[in-house]
Amino acid sequence: MDTQTGPCPECDAGVDIAHDALENELIACPECGIELEIMNLEPLELELAPEVEEDWGE
Amino acid sequence: MHVSLLVTHIRAEEKLLLAAFNKRGINPDIILDRELNIDITAGPEQLAPSGRPWNTYDFVLERCVSTSRGMYALAVLNSWGLRSYNRYETAAICSDKLRTSIALWQHGLPQPHTRLAFTPQSAMQAIGDVRYPAVLKPVTGSWGRLLARVHNRDSAEAILEHRQTLGDYNHHIYYVQEYIDKPGRDIRAFVVGERSIAAIYRASNHWITNTARGGSASNCPLSPALEEICLRAARAVGGGILAIDLLEDAVGQFVVNEINHTMEFRNSSEPTGVDIAQAVIDYAIAQVEVTA
Repeated sequence: MDTQTGPCPECDAGVDIAHDALENELIACPECGIELEIMNLEPLELELAPEVEEDWGE
Repeated sequence: MHVSLLVTHIRAEEKLLLAAFNKRGINPDIILDRELNIDITAGPEQLAPSGRPWNTYDFVLERCVSTSRGMYALAVLNSWGLRSYNRYETAAICSDKLRTSIALWQHGLPQPHTRLAFTPQSAMQAIGDVRYPAVLKPVTGSWGRLLARVHNRDSAEAILEHRQTLGDYNHHIYYVQEYIDKPGRDIRAFVVGERSIAAIYRASNHWITNTARGGSASNCPLSPALEEICLRAARAVGGGILAIDLLEDAVGQFVVNEINHTMEFRNSSEPTGVDIAQAVIDYAIAQVEVTA
């Protein structure tokens, strides 16, 4: 898949999606730094990643 | 071989694990914990969200960042006899600091002096018993979240009042530990089955040295003593694929701090030169092949 770019849902900056990106992968907006989740690759759909919950971790 | 990778979402570790699977010619089904809707009495013949019956998977690799989702999913899958990494019982022990402390004690492993109390008043006594500075931790939690190093009675009273007033019932379980005056670093060792495969020092100017909190990783040589304590600690919680966090006390002896059952390792392969993801996947596949 070619590299794609989609708008950050928080700040509307262009977010480049790596060619090896996966659906449900977490990425960071290079402009505002917010964490995003790739909900769909074709067509590209980005959402704000869920807030960290109290039981998240290792 | 059919494998499912159970996740909350895909992080760096899951991408490394997927690449390691691919090197072995396996393309796992990625199952999102948010899509689970399991009939617990219908057994493993029911379909997973992938559309494949659960019992057609040779194993499930649980990598949920949500500890509770991962743990309860394992509870059901293991009750059906499905193979998973790790097993439910190991996850249940590791996700609870108190149960981990009990397991370490039962197996004679060194750990910080730890006390349990249920009220602010008895917690104050417990803090006094382990002496200042003491460490307060939630029994469930990770990434150094909500840890408190308590230096004196005034700060202890404030923290306990906040926890009692603002926290839910989990925060009314007071897990109190002595503070180990470590040398600006702790150790994370990776155990895969019956092998300690690598270890890192996590160094920080802050007393919390988690790499999730900015601690820097460097290689820690695996001495026989370190390997031995890590394997014993892993066995104490049921074994599997684990990260053992250790402290060095004032005389350089190892103390087991906690054990992680869905370990993060993105920053650890480079300093150690060990392909941790591949070691994990090779181990999981070998276990299936041994019993096939």
